[in-house]
Amino acid sequence: MLYALLMLLSIIFAIMAVKAKGLIASALWLAGVSAMVAVLFYLLGARQVAVVELSVGAGLVTVLFVFAISIAGEEPGVLKSLVPAWLGGALILLMVGLFTWFTIPGSMTTIPSTEPPFITVFWQERGLDMVVQVTLIFAGVLGLIGLLAEVKSPLKHSVAEAITAKRDLELDQMGQPELEKETV
Amino acid sequence: MNFSPVDIMIFGVICLLGVGFYTLLFKRNLIKLVIALQILVKGVMLAIIGAGLISNRINLAQSLVITVIVADTIVAVIGMALAVQVRRQLGTLDVAELSKLRG
Repeated sequence: MLYALLMLLSIIFAIMAVKAKGLIASALWLAGVSAMVAVLFYLLGARQVAVVELSVGAGLVTVLFVFAISIAGEEPGVLKSLVPAWLGGALILLMVGLFTWFTIPGSMTTIPSTEPPFITVFWQERGLDMVVQVTLIFAGVLGLIGLLAEVKSPLKHSVAEAITAKRDLELDQMGQPELEKETV
Repeated sequence: MNFSPVDIMIFGVICLLGVGFYTLLFKRNLIKLVIALQILVKGVMLAIIGAGLISNRINLAQSLVITVIVADTIVAVIGMALAVQVRRQLGTLDVAELSKLRG
């Protein structure tokens, strides 16, 4: 069954995103979750959302993650959790149990109703949401400034500086024989 | 047993929320926490679309989900900006190290 397969794939990708050792790998698995969810949306009839989810969720957010990780750098080693395992497990079990208890026994009968087309609902019924979205995008721009802001000395003797210096040196060494050839 | 797409979706929502809460509780890397928030929001978006399918108001659900996607992206941006700045100031992404900020 196609729905079950896609759902299973997205859950597996989510678990891989959590379990992955490197942060870049984690971000790429998250893009996989996003793509699977977008395909599910498309199959379930939510076409517009599928397109937005695929371009924003799997595209933009992944690029942002890779960018942020390349600035912040990988964190070596796996850290032990602060929460005791039994408490965390009990809380998660409680959450899943409550959600199942509230959801599953409900009557899943579809209510027949007529609905205006997507454009009417999106631009007229939920017009106020647009104001919220504009405000949010403004907040996001401010956040990006925070992401890009340079402190005077970010990380002294960082690995990046060493790699850049080494590459420049190699490029210089590679460039010289070609110049000799040209002159001959 | 024969499951409808909505049943499968509810199962998936529960699993995605479980994975997200597990990561929020047990991981200490700030960027991993932002990834956990993303997984949680994907579960919530699936739930909203499922609700739209059940109540036969899929277009309303789509409008709401688009707002959720925008909010979710902004949350990711600000979370990552926070993580980068914490890394610059403290030299680590560990959440526990943030207790050093205590005045």
